[in-house]
Amino acid sequence: MNGKPIPKWADVTLVPLVSVVLAFIISAILIWAIGESPWAAVKMMVDGAFGSSYGWGYTLYYATNFMFTGLAVAVAFQARLFNIGGEGQAALGGLGVALVVLYLPWPHWTLALLGASVGAALFGALWALIPGYLQAKRGSHIVITTIMFNFIAASFLNYMLVNHLRPQGSQDPSSPRFPDATSLPKLHEILGLFGIPFSKVPPVNISLLIAVALCFAVWWMLWRTRLGYQIRAFGESEPAAQYAGISPARITIIVMLISGGLAGMMALNNVMGEQERLVLNAVEGAGFIGIAVALMGRNHPFGVFLAAILFGFLYQGGAELALWTGIPRELIVVIQALVILFTGALDNMVRIPIAKLFSLRRAG
Amino acid sequence: MDLATLAQVLDSTLRLATPLLFACLAGLISERAGVFDIGLEGKILAAAFLAAAIAFVSGNVWLGVLAGIAVSVCMSLIHGVASITFRGNQLISGVAINFLAAGLTVVIAQNWFQQGGRTPSLTGDARMPTIDLPFAEALADVPVIGPVYGIFSGHAPLVYLAFLCVPATWFLLFRTRFGLRLRAVGENPAAVDTAGVSVIGLRFGAVAICGVLCGLAGAYLSTGLSAGFVKDMSAGRGYIALAAMIFAKWRPWHAMGAVLLFGLLEAVANRFQSIELFGLALPVQVMQALPYILTVVILAGFVGRAIPPRAGGSPYVKEH
Repeated sequence: MNGKPIPKWADVTLVPLVSVVLAFIISAILIWAIGESPWAAVKMMVDGAFGSSYGWGYTLYYATNFMFTGLAVAVAFQARLFNIGGEGQAALGGLGVALVVLYLPWPHWTLALLGASVGAALFGALWALIPGYLQAKRGSHIVITTIMFNFIAASFLNYMLVNHLRPQGSQDPSSPRFPDATSLPKLHEILGLFGIPFSKVPPVNISLLIAVALCFAVWWMLWRTRLGYQIRAFGESEPAAQYAGISPARITIIVMLISGGLAGMMALNNVMGEQERLVLNAVEGAGFIGIAVALMGRNHPFGVFLAAILFGFLYQGGAELALWTGIPRELIVVIQALVILFTGALDNMVRIPIAKLFSLRRAG
Repeated sequence: MDLATLAQVLDSTLRLATPLLFACLAGLISERAGVFDIGLEGKILAAAFLAAAIAFVSGNVWLGVLAGIAVSVCMSLIHGVASITFRGNQLISGVAINFLAAGLTVVIAQNWFQQGGRTPSLTGDARMPTIDLPFAEALADVPVIGPVYGIFSGHAPLVYLAFLCVPATWFLLFRTRFGLRLRAVGENPAAVDTAGVSVIGLRFGAVAICGVLCGLAGAYLSTGLSAGFVKDMSAGRGYIALAAMIFAKWRPWHAMGAVLLFGLLEAVANRFQSIELFGLALPVQVMQALPYILTVVILAGFVGRAIPPRAGGSPYVKEH
């Protein structure tokens, strides 16, 4: 930042860790201020999220969503593009899944999963393509266009559900149930093959494995391929990348396609894996949590994986808190906001003192 | 559509445009000074909550308005500290503020009132009063003039204040020394710095004005437009205001035009389920999405070019 180097290990571990601790301390003060015990709240959250295979199941289910959206934001960040449109892209991914699963005959879930993946990624990618194209060719600010596209997606989905997908005579703005043949195997069925017992209730399903595989794939793409090198070079310095023969327009559009596709694939987990039909507002803010996850994970797929599990824990733990105490679920939104604030916007506030400490130690 | 319906739609257009206008001018002043603010939404929401809560507890709507302004300015200062002092990413800071408001309002509302994240309904003096313009009653029966005058009469004081803020903003930006410096700091902060004027001070000033205006937007929303706070009641208005600001290309008078257009769209979408236009039935969802679609079209530069202030979004680093 300003010439004071921090060792790499501290940059990837210490800085985000201090930020998260700060966010948690403020959250604890908030819990205390509304008359609940922060310690009891933490204990209840940990018990609720990790105390049973039921809790683990939900934690991993939420984490799966956040891996998809977190990777989507992280890939875009690598190219210095801030894709706030994960919410809309994931919603459109849901539409892709619903259309593929409802209107094509699928003999087996494996084939349906393949088809739905293509549908989800394609719809998500197309929804990101327009803002990407406008940024690349017309210079429209991607942050503003992706925000606008979130709202347009919500209206579009509302229209599709109410006017086209809703079964005749139904009041509920949602699609018909998906055919049984397209039902994805749950985690307890997969673990059951190895004789490991696991709760049958939580909706965690095979999409978890896809999300983890995508973490590896994105890492491979970013650090082991020519395209990834170009993306990172473009993110580091656009003029330098351009000088090296990398086309900014081409990279911008490709990155947004990948990012939108990843966000869209979240629909495999929530639409195909859990609800097994398309409902209004199926994404429930997971697209935005992707921003917090990517910031905390330092835009590295492995970091995204860990941050997604942390947010999965917060979501499942938060649900337990809302169930048993007077603390509403929205507490998690506050924590999410604080994580974004400290790891994203107030990064320098944490970084500069840490850098000073290191330079003191070197001097002394 | 008969005349009475038209008058009703235009009447609610003015009321729906009011929070948009405050927020739009707020964003305009902040961005003219080079500080992007996508946290308008959060500030409106926080102000709406605290205004309704204090108005309910004190029974005085004006105390509520002050409280709304205060909380909104506090959030603006967080944005200022993050993006000006610590030179953080202004967009990320804005996103954080939106979530902070979305979460905190519900957590605190639930804690204070135990009504599922809302405030109790406001009645009497806790609600914003309306002002009847002179002769409104006497003119009501006069054809044409009566109904037209009626559209402008009988609104809350903040509605009139919002529209007065348009010339005031124009005057501030284009006819005062502060305004000149403010615009300069959004285009070329180094030049302002060289002239011996504090870039940081000017930007904080702009961010604080932005907070006051967003506070008014939120306070009107919960005490004037509706009677109490409900969860997520800003409902994307901060983003529509942002859209209006781009639509208006960062100019105050055009901003008024843009928010009136978007207010009209909202009023029409509230009133009718679908619109017949040139023999084509427009579904209500198209009306809802239209402000966003229009903004994308403007941003794409197909209808004139929308060029933001040049130094917008980048923190100022003094040369050593």
